[in-house]
Amino acid sequence: MIGKTVIPFGPQHAVFPEPFHWRLVMEEERVLDAIPGIGYMHRGIEQLATRMEFAKTLFLAERVCGICSFMHALAYAESLEKLMDVEVPPRAKYLRTIWAELARLQSHLLWIGLAADAFGFESLFMQAWRVREYVMDMVEFTEGGRVMTSSVTIGGVRRDLHEEAIEFLLENLDKLEVGFEEVYQVFTEDPLIKHRTVGVGILSKEDSIRLGAVGPTLRGSGVAQDMRMLGYAAYGELEFQPVVEDSCDSYARMVVRLKECFQSINLIRQAIKKLPDGDVLVKVRGKPEGEVVTRIEQPRGELLYYIKANGTKSLERFRIRTPTLSNLPPLMHMIKGACLADVPVITLSIDTCIACTER
Amino acid sequence: MSLVALSRKKSPWLLHFETGGCNGCAIEVWACLTPVYDVERFGMVNTGNPKHADVLIVTGCVNARSGRVLRNLYSQMPEPKVVIAVGVCACTGGIFHDSYNLAPGADRAIPVDIYIPNCAARPEAIIDSVLHAVDLLEEKGRSYDARRS
Ligand code: SF4
Repeated sequence: MIGKTVIPFGPQHAVFPEPFHWRLVMEEERVLDAIPGIGYMHRGIEQLATRMEFAKTLFLAERVCGICSFMHALAYAESLEKLMDVEVPPRAKYLRTIWAELARLQSHLLWIGLAADAFGFESLFMQAWRVREYVMDMVEFTEGGRVMTSSVTIGGVRRDLHEEAIEFLLENLDKLEVGFEEVYQVFTEDPLIKHRTVGVGILSKEDSIRLGAVGPTLRGSGVAQDMRMLGYAAYGELEFQPVVEDSCDSYARMVVRLKECFQSINLIRQAIKKLPDGDVLVKVRGKPEGEVVTRIEQPRGELLYYIKANGTKSLERFRIRTPTLSNLPPLMHMIKGACLADVPVITLSIDTCIACTER
Repeated sequence: MSLVALSRKKSPWLLHFETGGCNGCAIEVWACLTPVYDVERFGMVNTGNPKHADVLIVTGCVNARSGRVLRNLYSQMPEPKVVIAVGVCACTGGIFHDSYNLAPGADRAIPVDIYIPNCAARPEAIIDSVLHAVDLLEEKGRSYDARRS
């Protein structure tokens, strides 16, 4: 009989840009158990926030994660606006929607590239990232930065879209759609990609609910749950339906993300068409007091912010629950029984973001 | 110029390690490897193996746990080697500098040759720094060869 072996996977791995660590208990080629090792990226953000001024914490929240920095700033601003009873001007709400969808697009395209890299499909990785640069151009042109944009603030947004920027957006969206269509076709038709993903990392509908999956992981298992349906920012006034796939494997989760890219392009076009006139920022006075919970849909799933404030200049408690944390138990469930070669693909299929998880 | 020295100059391989921080700089480093910014035109290839690497790119702030991994990676790289700290987090700790578990800068863990501030570092700045790294690598290689012969 062959005994068990323990194989360390990570923390430095060519496929992941982040230090992600597994201790895989193996029997021959099968994974018996997977123990995640975390703490490589802990920065103590929650504690730092209780020492900073609440207005500056916005920048800290933005730096929880560089890939979805906009989403974190949005969640923080929305929470404080609820606490301080601020009514955001309608134009600002639409701008937030547009930028949030751009952030989703760039995050999904980034993931698509990394997934292609995990299959060993280098040219597709390059193509996905080439297409992503159209989105980055739009982000840079309209928000003034590529990664850290600080365009959301408490009470509205810091920048307005002028005519030229809207034209630029529409033009680039067309280019993006053409480029993305090609990538989409390869992903959905290529037999090699199907071979690596179909039937790999099964997460049944019951398991996904029981283990608390969120976002594309949950929607890939046939549950139509999308926090955007709650109607924060301007989502309540736009038309869309959650993207759902029900084959419950890595392929389904991949297709959900691919289709969400088209959905985001569509949402941006809708929002530009309906963009109201007016101010984008209202003045906010006073200090926050009370408790609030905000839920928004990040590219990876539901993001939950809990904030408790006591009327002083810094917050009393700042708690973030990120989608990857919710998706870790389902991931551990999926990895058991998988082949060693499938571990990177399955791990990527939930779109891990360690920077968020460990904060 | 010997073959080894030529290969150092024409094809330095990169090893990227994210020690903490927010990933913002990490994705910019990756963006540099892809068609729009494309550092591969200088012969640079991203590798996952420290034993093949000449240039170590560090992004993000260093805590005790990731510092250990960082030192480990650094010591596995063959001489001569160059370390680049990308982003203000890796240079000084940035916005997280007074957090309870961080070292202020990657240079507390390993020697750093080139610093790129900014949050997040722009791809143009990263390209500039890797080009500096090539020159530095050549210089270090020359003194390394002289010591050996
Ligand atoms: S320097 Fe800024 S963008 Fe880069 S890792 Fe640190 S916080 Fe993130």
